[in-house]
Amino acid sequence: MSSSTPGSPTTRTLHLAVDLTDAGAHPAAWRTLGSQARQLFDADRLQDLVSTAQRGTVDLVLFDDAFSLQPGRRGGVQGRLDAALVAARLAPRSEGVGLVPTVTTTHTEPFHVSKALATIDHASHGRAGWQVAVSTGADDAAHVGRRQAPDVAAAWAEAAEAIDVVSRLWDSWEDDAEIRDVETGRFVDRDKLHYVDHDGVHFAVKGPSITPRPPQGHPVVVVRVDSDAALAVAAEHADVVRVRATTLEEARALREQVRSAAADHGRDPDDVIVLVDLYAVIGPDRASAQARLDLLEGLAGVSWDTDSYTHVGTDRDLAVTAEEWFLAGAADGFTVRPSSLQTDLVALVDGVVPLLRRAGIYRTEYTGTTLRDSLGLARPANRYAAAIA
Amino acid sequence: MTTTPAPRPDGRPRKQIHLGAHFPGVNNTTVWSDPRSRSHIDFSSFEHLARRAEAARFDFFFLAEGLRLREHKGLIHDLDVVGRPDTLPVLAALAAVTDRLGLAGTINTTFNEPYELARQFATLDLLSGGRAAWNLVTSSDAFTGANFRRGGFLDYSERYERAAEIVDVARQLWDSWSDDAVDADAETGEFLREGAVQRVDHDGKHFDVHGTFTTPRGPQGHPVLFQAGDSGEGREFAAATADVVFSLHGSFEDGQVFYRDVKDRLAAYGRTEDSLKILPATTVVLGDTAEDAAEEAALIRRQQVSGPTAIAYLEQVWGRDLTAYDPEGPLPDVEPDVDNASLTRGKVRHVKDPGPVVAAWREKAAAHGWSIRDLVIEVTGRNQFVGTAQQVADDIDRYVQEDASDGFILVPHLTPEGLDPFFDQVVPLLQERGSFRTEYTGTTLRDHLGLELPGVGGSQAADLEGARA
Repeated sequence: MSSSTPGSPTTRTLHLAVDLTDAGAHPAAWRTLGSQARQLFDADRLQDLVSTAQRGTVDLVLFDDAFSLQPGRRGGVQGRLDAALVAARLAPRSEGVGLVPTVTTTHTEPFHVSKALATIDHASHGRAGWQVAVSTGADDAAHVGRRQAPDVAAAWAEAAEAIDVVSRLWDSWEDDAEIRDVETGRFVDRDKLHYVDHDGVHFAVKGPSITPRPPQGHPVVVVRVDSDAALAVAAEHADVVRVRATTLEEARALREQVRSAAADHGRDPDDVIVLVDLYAVIGPDRASAQARLDLLEGLAGVSWDTDSYTHVGTDRDLAVTAEEWFLAGAADGFTVRPSSLQTDLVALVDGVVPLLRRAGIYRTEYTGTTLRDSLGLARPANRYAAAIA
Repeated sequence: MTTTPAPRPDGRPRKQIHLGAHFPGVNNTTVWSDPRSRSHIDFSSFEHLARRAEAARFDFFFLAEGLRLREHKGLIHDLDVVGRPDTLPVLAALAAVTDRLGLAGTINTTFNEPYELARQFATLDLLSGGRAAWNLVTSSDAFTGANFRRGGFLDYSERYERAAEIVDVARQLWDSWSDDAVDADAETGEFLREGAVQRVDHDGKHFDVHGTFTTPRGPQGHPVLFQAGDSGEGREFAAATADVVFSLHGSFEDGQVFYRDVKDRLAAYGRTEDSLKILPATTVVLGDTAEDAAEEAALIRRQQVSGPTAIAYLEQVWGRDLTAYDPEGPLPDVEPDVDNASLTRGKVRHVKDPGPVVAAWREKAAAHGWSIRDLVIEVTGRNQFVGTAQQVADDIDRYVQEDASDGFILVPHLTPEGLDPFFDQVVPLLQERGSFRTEYTGTTLRDHLGLELPGVGGSQAADLEGARA
């Protein structure tokens, strides 16, 4: 485990996540050369992207999802696949890299969510994560019908309950519940299966899960903090917290806020990895990166306001910034959002990553097999087993 | 490639057999106690069966689902395989390690919303290049509903009504994107073709769905729809909506009667006989000689029905705790507790009225000198194909050529290698006689099954009107 004592950043290593949603983070990315825009929903294209990310030994890749078409993006990519199934499809043909789909909690059943993520973890031998998201839009609610859209606070309160019950379901099988005792004819030791008996505000779930405990114990929980309500949930439940910041100081303050909120929940702040969103337009020199961004903006017809740190420049400058923020305690790492996957993902992996490795702050190979290994996070103890012991 | 298939005895062209490989779930068909039995969870087990089935040119892989662990006498039933991974993610992962094999999964509609299901199946169809199939089931089971917030349970009479509405909504959603909706014209900046994605507005008895679907239309238009069910209502629903019906494999004659009955219902919905495949589930036991096979089949039955399993089965019928009885001894001398109906939960009750059943069993057991275990082995035995590879190939081909089925879904008793002998020995014989493909001729499951691609807003919507009428 590389994670260590608080305040000794030199023993930590930088973590990288890459957002593989759509053709890239910029709404006009699909219109650029080689974007394969007609193949956005093809498995082979997704497979190639994951292979590239894997070449850069990134910790994890993320896939957005929602029950509605991408909002407010005139001229942008429209259409989504079910992100959990995308992650499952990618599991057998990838190695090392974590696969993190967004699965929303507002209009879904925790029992289904729990076994879907556990199954991706089984199929990938411990590389599944879960980016928790909520639906507050009237559009999403109308797709399901007969439910009102909740407000942000209510949606996150429901999400917190969902995370709690999902992780209880993950624990509802002890790791060694399957015994295959031919002598007595028992396949499982039923004393190692547990009813979760959740009777909450939003739902009641009896349990146990039908799917045995996943290899990681709990797949890695990722929460993107974009509201106080999300921060509260992240502080209590998330292994990885995504934040947006435009300056080093802002990022450092946010990271401190997350760590201290986690501590308030009795957690070790080092068990919470804070990744800052980093929008990247990477070019051989600053002028050509800017020219490419100008071209994208021209196509989109609006200027690109990411509300987070946006790098327009060379791989070298990006590596310097990343190292600086990391060493200053402003970030445990970054969620890189390549403006255009086709161009910027490759530049990240083949340009930025070697520089970070040379700086000694980033891995040269996957040292473990699971996503928790990559992140330096311990495998959670089973709450039910602990209760008995 | 293939030899020209010989026609059937009555001169009609030889039918092509359709075959599916079932990854067994949680019942006592699966023998976990055999040393060859491996994990029911590890992806490698699923991959083994799927890859072998594809190498044998099977039509599809089939996976069931469970939504609550079974209980017996208020405790989790621990004698059969317990636990399984989630159906759709397993199928999506299998899409990565196979190229042509259809990927069919059971998904219960009672605890899911049609919008979410339609997205998931459209996604699976896209990610597999057109190989998705949905075995649509409904539940009337409050026991399972205890795991779901909106689930609860459904009145039995409403099951097919709800299922029909689910299919109707799902098809509206799948049809709401035209095949060429994704234009992605970099020049003009038009990502979706103008007018190619239609809004869906559905207000029904069970669902209200309003808005724009998120997911492009898959290569099959609609995933292939499977349906199980032997009741009259189930048969009618299948005739109206399904592409594949599966049932339990009965006798040859029963199969022919079922086949004729279901196929005769199709015309009323404007459908041809070829548009619905009847594929019973069955097991196969092979041996070098007929005697070897029979011996092996008997051995498997004893593995499937252990002493504790025999007692547990009897307890379901008796409604009583019978653990004090010796499974190798005579039947219990106590009478059944007729009112104790909830002894076993989460699986099909085998007997509705225990009185006469128990009387008949006592008589049978006495006449043959059967123990409890012998009796359970006898009364729970299903029809299966037992014999040499040649005999089994002959039998299967006869069922298909003489219209007792269009093929079979094969259920192995061992995971994951139980069908390997069938792939190795029986498939080549079926291929030799021209009854089974030697190469895939298409890429999608619809291609394999000879099913037409549904047009957008096509005739199937009208079929559904018929189903509800």
